[in-house]
Amino acid sequence: MTVESTAARKPRRSSKRTAGAGARKTAAEPELVQLLTPEGERVEHPDYDVDLSPEELRGLYRDMVLTRRFDAEATALQRQGELGLWASLLGQEAAQIGSGRALRDDDYVFPTYREHGVAWCRGVDPTNLLGMFRGVNHGGWDPNTNNFHLYTIVIGSQTLHATGYAMGIAKDGADSAVVAYFGDGASSQGDVAEAFTFSAVYNAPVVFFCQNNQWAISEPTEKQMRVPLYQRAQGFGFPGVRVDGNDVLACLAVTRSALERARRGEGPTLVEAFTYRMGAHTTSDDPTKYRADEEREAWEAKDPILRLRSYLEKAGHADAAFFEELETESETLGKRVREAVRAMPDPEPMAIFENIYADGHALVDEERAQFAAYQASFSDGEGN
Amino acid sequence: MAVQKLPIAKAINESLRKAMETDPKVLIMGEDVGKLGGVFRVTDGLFKDFGEDRVIDTPLAESGIVGTAIGLALRGYRPVVEIQFDGFVFPAYDQIVTQLAKMHARALGKIKLPVVVRIPYGGGIGAVEHHSESPEALFAHVAGLKVVSPSNASDAYWMMQQAIQSDDPVIFFEPKRRYWDKGEVDTESIPGPLHKARTVREGSDLTLVAYGPMVKVCLEAAAAAQEEGKSIEVVDLRSMSPIDFDAVQASVERTRRLVVVHEAPVFYGAGAEIAARITERCFYHLEAPVLRVGGYHAPYPPARLEEEYLPGLDRVLDAVDRSLAY
Repeated sequence: MTVESTAARKPRRSSKRTAGAGARKTAAEPELVQLLTPEGERVEHPDYDVDLSPEELRGLYRDMVLTRRFDAEATALQRQGELGLWASLLGQEAAQIGSGRALRDDDYVFPTYREHGVAWCRGVDPTNLLGMFRGVNHGGWDPNTNNFHLYTIVIGSQTLHATGYAMGIAKDGADSAVVAYFGDGASSQGDVAEAFTFSAVYNAPVVFFCQNNQWAISEPTEKQMRVPLYQRAQGFGFPGVRVDGNDVLACLAVTRSALERARRGEGPTLVEAFTYRMGAHTTSDDPTKYRADEEREAWEAKDPILRLRSYLEKAGHADAAFFEELETESETLGKRVREAVRAMPDPEPMAIFENIYADGHALVDEERAQFAAYQASFSDGEGN
Repeated sequence: MAVQKLPIAKAINESLRKAMETDPKVLIMGEDVGKLGGVFRVTDGLFKDFGEDRVIDTPLAESGIVGTAIGLALRGYRPVVEIQFDGFVFPAYDQIVTQLAKMHARALGKIKLPVVVRIPYGGGIGAVEHHSESPEALFAHVAGLKVVSPSNASDAYWMMQQAIQSDDPVIFFEPKRRYWDKGEVDTESIPGPLHKARTVREGSDLTLVAYGPMVKVCLEAAAAAQEEGKSIEVVDLRSMSPIDFDAVQASVERTRRLVVVHEAPVFYGAGAEIAARITERCFYHLEAPVLRVGGYHAPYPPARLEEEYLPGLDRVLDAVDRSLAY
């Protein structure tokens, strides 16, 4: 097996680095795979390419716009008190749509709690994602309907589930693959290191897709790592690649390549999507306490949606009618999500005792009966 | 030959073999479970007969073992994972508590996690630190897990069959110092449900409740007490989650006295839960408070002190005497 780091190779036209005044000082960052510059110019890379029709390009744009609209609606719903919490993906649309659209139907995804764009690509109804943030369930969708596992809140745990699932795929002799999503903060977790070890040892068909959004709540990447994350893969015996996480084309190309490698039985790949968390960690967070506005402003110039729009317009791949229709579709989605959340009922109290065990448990039965009797004790006997 | 006399370790081995022959989805995972057959040889011969695809020597990482077992279960497999020793389960505790136990509920029942976590537990083998602990209460406290422990070869065989067939995660505590104790195993006759207690000695003056390695001690204590004219009933709990309180209650309603015995520290232990429940259920039947015999609120001691630390015949009889003196 050859172990190589492709990110170190230079693209033919390197991207312009924007480092705003007041931004954190960082050492010279390694080059990353890029196919679309922040200005919307299509560039070539020696190892990665995508050949997409105008319709497919518009599809990626639509995915990103609708995901951002859904995300904005969820943030608003939290502010209105309809959701208890929301973890926004603002700024990470390209990483999620690019990687998500690289998947086949029979591939399997293990997300964190912020993969709303990937969920969109898998066909998970956006309103399904909101139950846990409203507090009516802890997820509740059937992972096998869309091959999209439940959101995992404990940081990094799902990378091991993804690895085990991929080991199962290999045992079954199937040629599907798994993508494990995680973040820069999770890269410090032991479970992620163990997932790297297990996947390498068993040559499991899994792609580790890290969205390095630069911040783990208030802690910058300097508090998580001393070398660029993608380089860590080499020590485990599989390739690592850094991709421009705000470039949907590059994320698609790199993920597709990693998935194909996994399907060929060549084992795992670590993809580090270099991106930025434009919003707060969650609606409970206050980034003004720990990061400079200038840094965010610098990343705004690299916005994933604007750059693809710029390219679509310059290349003549989309006309005004397309953008107008998409605007209408966005508002329709926002309205549908808003109404669905407001109509989402609280669970019945007895739901506390449901689905704890598949085969039942005597103590649960006893406590369920006690709770039902207690609830019934408030009844006046006339059905109140 | 349906009835064989087997040591507990061999009974579990035969049970694993039977499960692997019956269901191709059953996998064995753990450290040294392959060619070596596990440090206690419980998986001896399985690697040779089923191959590395089904008997998986894993990297030395307990969280990784349980975490990947969860992924394999989601793919449709039924992993039986071995944690080498009780004190080494804690790196996997996060995966067991936050993922294995809760994923079925998180999915509102749409997925199942048929994973068995085998843990050789308890003291009495003269081991170094972390090799003699009894952490069962730490698992029984967690909703979503089932926790069992056999005390004899027949139960070891059948409870393992039932644990593997269960669609819930089962933490299977194996009494390591009893691994070599032999007993009759009838591989054609299921002795009873997994989570039912069993009265292993009938008596009328006092009930001893124990599980795993302490059942033998309690039976010996009951025999010794018999010589002094005391009739002691011994109930083998077998399952620590759920607990068959009905069986304990029925016994205590007849004997009116209860002593719970386990190796684990009594503080917040299974005995505390049993004492509370039985006091509530049998308040007017009890002639004495429920007493507990078990480990102390101290780290498991060095091997030269473990005979002092572990509940033995005399400490059980002391508690019997104290109960009968009320």
